[in-house]
Amino acid sequence: MNGPLLDIRNLNFSAGNQTILDRLDLTIHPREIHALLGANGSGKTTLAYVLMGCESYVPSGGCVVFNGTDLVPLKMYERARLGLTLAWQEPARFEGVTVREYLSLGKPNYDPEPALRQVGLDPERYLNRRVDKTLSGGERHRVELASVLSMNPKLAILDEPAAGIDMLSINHIIDIIRALKAAGGSVLLITHQEEVAAIADSASQLCNGRIVFSGDPDRVIEHFRGRTCVRCDGEVCGYVRP
Amino acid sequence: MSDLEALTRVLPMVGAEPAILDDERIAHVVGQGHRILSRRSVPGLDLDIEETPDAIVGKMTIRAGVVIEQPIHMCFGLAHPTGSQNIRIDVVVEERATARVLSHCLFPVAQSAQHRMQAAIDIGPGASLTYSEGHYHGPHGGMQVVPHASIKIGKGARYFSDFSLLSGSVGNLDIDYLVEVEEDGIAELTAKIFAHRTDRITLKEAVILRGERSRGLIKTRVVLDGEASAEIVGITEAHAKGARGHVDCMEIVQGRAQASAIPIVRVFHPEAKVTHEAAIGSVDRKELETLMARGLSPEQAVEMIVSGILR
Repeated sequence: MNGPLLDIRNLNFSAGNQTILDRLDLTIHPREIHALLGANGSGKTTLAYVLMGCESYVPSGGCVVFNGTDLVPLKMYERARLGLTLAWQEPARFEGVTVREYLSLGKPNYDPEPALRQVGLDPERYLNRRVDKTLSGGERHRVELASVLSMNPKLAILDEPAAGIDMLSINHIIDIIRALKAAGGSVLLITHQEEVAAIADSASQLCNGRIVFSGDPDRVIEHFRGRTCVRCDGEVCGYVRP
Repeated sequence: MSDLEALTRVLPMVGAEPAILDDERIAHVVGQGHRILSRRSVPGLDLDIEETPDAIVGKMTIRAGVVIEQPIHMCFGLAHPTGSQNIRIDVVVEERATARVLSHCLFPVAQSAQHRMQAAIDIGPGASLTYSEGHYHGPHGGMQVVPHASIKIGKGARYFSDFSLLSGSVGNLDIDYLVEVEEDGIAELTAKIFAHRTDRITLKEAVILRGERSRGLIKTRVVLDGEASAEIVGITEAHAKGARGHVDCMEIVQGRAQASAIPIVRVFHPEAKVTHEAAIGSVDRKELETLMARGLSPEQAVEMIVSGILR
């Protein structure tokens, strides 16, 4: 395929009277890691939910084409079966469901051990653990990433994948993101962490529901570091350099 | 087919094998209606059970200091569509003894029948009893199932119970357990129920923490579909210094089912503590969407979440 994997044009999403995504355009190509940066409330997670088709996240306008298919009319699991998936910032916990079962969803003969090893978890210790509150936040994040790896998706949307991960383990997360690309997939990487965003092939900055700056990750990170953004001078998005 | 065969052939539905009845290392009792069809004891276990016209009545004693290695299987049920079964049993676990009882309640073809159990369980100081009760019911419903028990847990003793009704339609289920825990004793009660059609579930469990540092947990997982309904009452009282209790109830409601949860916590000592949590509603949206984002259909996702909760 020569065209974009994901092509978003003029996407709008509102909640009540509030516009959350405002005429948003974004393109992601095959085997591309694209970092999306933005201050809190800029619309990053909303974009992830709209793309995945979460309940109540139906766009009010625009189009989203994924691998040549219009995503908007499709149900969430239909989008997943096309090769799109999402790793939540705060992953859900499942009482009674083992890590082995969680990683083997819909794949009866799947061997989950390699995916667990890739996220730095020992299969012997973790395969029979439950994906419930007995896992720490960091462990749960890694299991979520292993679950994404197990899908071998065409496009993985990772919402703050390194949240709750200790500094020493961030390299694991970076390796996983690269592994997704090495397997032929693309990644939409939503993050605040510059060291994570820096591994992307391209990046965008989101402000007040619109992409305000795109390009090389170093330039976008530098722009994001700035006290103001080009669209609102910081007054709307509230972004202030720490 | 004999009544014994009719009951034992469904043992796999509650996780047991008919071959346990032939194993001389394993104690068992099999009762159909008010008749005892098979029984065996093992060293250290006194099994004094008899038939009467209107009940199976008896006493089971695990002698002091004895550890019964293999689970004791108690298979009760009805092999016919109609009938009645009353069981009155005393269980005594003497000081420092340990045993595990697997109670299989089997009603594969029942349509209009009754099963009543009245148990008194006395666990001596330092003793331990694990009591697992698994029910298997056919698809018809129409039963009255009424298990009531009074359990006394001695100093430093432990009691773990696990009630499960996961197959078929029961009709009316009315559970009433009262557990009293002495100093350093532990009581953990778990109930897992999947109710269908017009099933009516009443589950009342009370843990009274009488002794210092006694501990209690009531954990209930109920899934309802069709027009089933449930009322879950979990009571924990703490009367002594250092007593700790927790009530944890989760009910998932599908279709036109209805559910209520009533956690009651009472504390009568300033250094005791009891907590509770209850959640009633449909399947958690985030869990559902997470599984759908991995390609499961809504039906597959609900099935996985429900089976996990009831595991």
